[in-house]
Amino acid sequence: MAVVPKFVGERIKRREDPRLITGTGQYVDDVRLPGMLTALVLRSPYAHAKINSIKLDAAQKVPGVVAVLCGDDLKDKVGSVPCVAPAEHVPYHPVLAQGKVRFVGEGVAVAVASDAYIAQDALDQIEVDYDPLEAVTDPEQALEAGAPILHDEFKTNSVTLASVPNPAVDEAMNKADKVIRFRIHNQRLAPVPMEPRGVVARWEPGYKQLTIWSSTQIPHLMRSQVADMLKLGENKIHVIAPEVGGGFGAKLNVYAEEALISHLAITLKRPVKWIERRRENLSGTTHGRDQIVYLEIAANKDGEVLALKGRFICDMGAYLQLLTPAIPGFSGLMMTGCYKIPALAFDQQMVFTNKMATDAYRGAGRPEAAFIAERTMEAVASEFNLDPADVRRKNFIAKASFPAPTAGGLVYDSGDYELTLNKALDQIDYNKTRAEQAAAAKEGRYIGIGIASYVEICGIGPSALLPPKLKGGGWESCTVRIEPDGKVTVLTGVSPHGQGQETTFAQIVADELGIDIDDVTVVHGDTALVPYGIGTFGSRGTTVGGPALMMSVGKLQAKMKRIASTMMEVPPEQLEFRNRTIAMASDASKSIALQTVIEAAYGYKTVIEGVEPGLDATSFYEPSACTFPFGTHVAVVEVDSQTGQVKFLRYVAVDDCGKVISPLLVEGQIQGGIAQGIAQALYEEVKYDEGGQLLSATLMDYAVPKANMLPHYELLSTVTPSPVNSLGVKGVGEAGTIGATPCAYNAVLDALKRLGIRDLDMPLKPETIWRAIRDAKKA
Amino acid sequence: MLLNLTINGEQRSDNVDPRMLLVHYIRDIANLTGTHVGCETSICGACTVLINGSAVKSCTILAVQADGTKITTIEGMAEGDRLHPLQEGFWEEHGLQCGYCTPGMIMTAADLLARNSNPTEAEIREALEGNLCRCTGYQHIVKAIQFAAAKMRTSKAA
Repeated sequence: MAVVPKFVGERIKRREDPRLITGTGQYVDDVRLPGMLTALVLRSPYAHAKINSIKLDAAQKVPGVVAVLCGDDLKDKVGSVPCVAPAEHVPYHPVLAQGKVRFVGEGVAVAVASDAYIAQDALDQIEVDYDPLEAVTDPEQALEAGAPILHDEFKTNSVTLASVPNPAVDEAMNKADKVIRFRIHNQRLAPVPMEPRGVVARWEPGYKQLTIWSSTQIPHLMRSQVADMLKLGENKIHVIAPEVGGGFGAKLNVYAEEALISHLAITLKRPVKWIERRRENLSGTTHGRDQIVYLEIAANKDGEVLALKGRFICDMGAYLQLLTPAIPGFSGLMMTGCYKIPALAFDQQMVFTNKMATDAYRGAGRPEAAFIAERTMEAVASEFNLDPADVRRKNFIAKASFPAPTAGGLVYDSGDYELTLNKALDQIDYNKTRAEQAAAAKEGRYIGIGIASYVEICGIGPSALLPPKLKGGGWESCTVRIEPDGKVTVLTGVSPHGQGQETTFAQIVADELGIDIDDVTVVHGDTALVPYGIGTFGSRGTTVGGPALMMSVGKLQAKMKRIASTMMEVPPEQLEFRNRTIAMASDASKSIALQTVIEAAYGYKTVIEGVEPGLDATSFYEPSACTFPFGTHVAVVEVDSQTGQVKFLRYVAVDDCGKVISPLLVEGQIQGGIAQGIAQALYEEVKYDEGGQLLSATLMDYAVPKANMLPHYELLSTVTPSPVNSLGVKGVGEAGTIGATPCAYNAVLDALKRLGIRDLDMPLKPETIWRAIRDAKKA
Repeated sequence: MLLNLTINGEQRSDNVDPRMLLVHYIRDIANLTGTHVGCETSICGACTVLINGSAVKSCTILAVQADGTKITTIEGMAEGDRLHPLQEGFWEEHGLQCGYCTPGMIMTAADLLARNSNPTEAEIREALEGNLCRCTGYQHIVKAIQFAAAKMRTSKAA
């Protein structure tokens, strides 16, 4: 038999792909069950209105319609949509509106029919009598006296106020050469996974067993919450996250429809499917960002930053979803970025508005933080006429300082920030590019160079960092089973939806056991198969799921060594796994076939006394700390002063995510991340008008970038292993997004610098840029 | 209404509701669920199929409008176990992550390569303007299509 190659660190083609490139993967909408019905939800066209009455009878009479219900029909039957993050005011959140609607897109009624066309006919027959109320969409206005109140019982639109004061900040402000002040708005974004959400629910009355197929990132956590909402035992609910077509945080949630469709399946005793339409996705699936910060920077003339102070206003929307009020905390804690800024203070006012709830979106609080940190560096450079690269160097946490405690109270695990900056600037040929920029300026052209160095928090993490009501900490689980024929089944608690752990985990297992990658199958996203797991979000799949896998592999290795040791009469510590054998480390000729050991473990052919049969190990890995990936992105852009169009001339990214298991997949994560980061800087914005109408309710109006709107990325890397986990990995799912937004933004602003333009709100659309240039030239 | 057409080489004759969209016919009647629905407004391209060789968004035409046509969906691209060069390219170059947009991307790329056997990066990016991908940032998709184009040129020359 041929020698088994090593897989970790190699560019392995993905093991997920054969089904996906042939159209044979199964997403929620592809689930077909006998007798299955289709549900559609009628949604509020008003941002804020009293519901006087809902007439369902005409809809109920449409041939083919099985049921039509509204919120009042579900009182006391389905519990509140949960928010597990602590907040002063957590409103009741019905699965369908009761008495009042509070945002455009809120569910009002549901129709269940033999197919979606008939369900739509039924929705068209529902008459809702609304009394429109004044709406408030601006979170600062929502806090003013006399603003319309969303939840009367609280008598305020304040969700909660979180404060992290620090008297050292005021001292630094008094002492500094200059205090720079400005306002930043990280605008509201829509995650837009290409597969919208969807739910299929089946109730088996004889077994009192509910099965939910949902396009979710968190099958187990969702099951726990839905069990609560429906008052069912968790052991009576089987959740399957089948093929999931992207999540980006939007599916790290528990939604009304997961409980509503389950309730319908239970009461109608027939399987029910609900597939979200894109309009519903843009209006009724969580949004991200939407944070305003009033920033104060204490800095000295030499570029040293002494303190940061931020007053945040964070738009939560009309209700609180699973983690809504927990997201901004990361923005505050991480806003000192890669820098040894000694003093930090911030407060965060969370606010109700007549909009969809915000929650995690790729980066979840850290993109906002990186944007603040990198705008800080640019502002200081601009104020004291310093090179922005030098200002970063002046303030970087030095390589020798790790593990590095920060002003936000975190401890960064490892890093070499200046190395990534230097590598990125070398790649771009910084001095030459600056000279080209100056030459182009003489010709009247606007070229800009943008730099962003970032650090982010991943692999969350110690369980104490997550709210207890989540019913799951920051750990992850994994079962590894070596089957009697020698094939390996990995059952992981993470729930990948594009990240590719079917490949990365197989690479790890193959190397650890000295077997071929084709002999490993990775299973995920099924609560009946895998141990209770936390899921995939926050770049935790390999960072937290990977060490759990390693623990289980380690247990099986120890057991197999013990068996081999008995059979070979060699001490177990002298053995290692190599090329489908267990061999003596010092003498490869002394070996035993792995299959022989497996057969002994299963008690056939050979029986080893005193060893528990089977080869099945389950582990739960609790991380001791978080990991902190980092990097530097540099972009060169040209702004067309006639049209305001931005064209990328170069985009260089140097990312460090610790040890790399699968380089091809890491590239993919970074490239996709950069695309979403650039999208925030230049293109995307969820826009509501003053009355709360959603203006970006289709993909015609919400500008997810197309292939010709994005640059060719030049990717480089450095490798600084994390000391936190056995794999040395840090996580890479969000890095690109976090680096790219400030990088692209800074590049455009650098291009416009000689016009005196210092500050523009994202997205930097051609119109925004064109107007700024026109106004600057007028002035 | 009676609808006659050929999907992936199979002749079919079905009674369909006149208001049924082609994508629902393909998914629910012909049971070919590789074609996806992503936006219902012909922006995202997840539903792209070939009708008489041209890429068409099947969410914005009625099934009955496809009467008498020859349709190819993602399920019709491989010949038995032999993948189409585009499928190979997407696999080789990591041109997909969640996979939801992939069938539509491949069908649009097939249309492009039928018209232009050696497209530049800019031409590929332009040709994909009706197909959205949220995962990859497009660079590996461009490489996947270049891989397929090269392979198809070589096999034609041979």
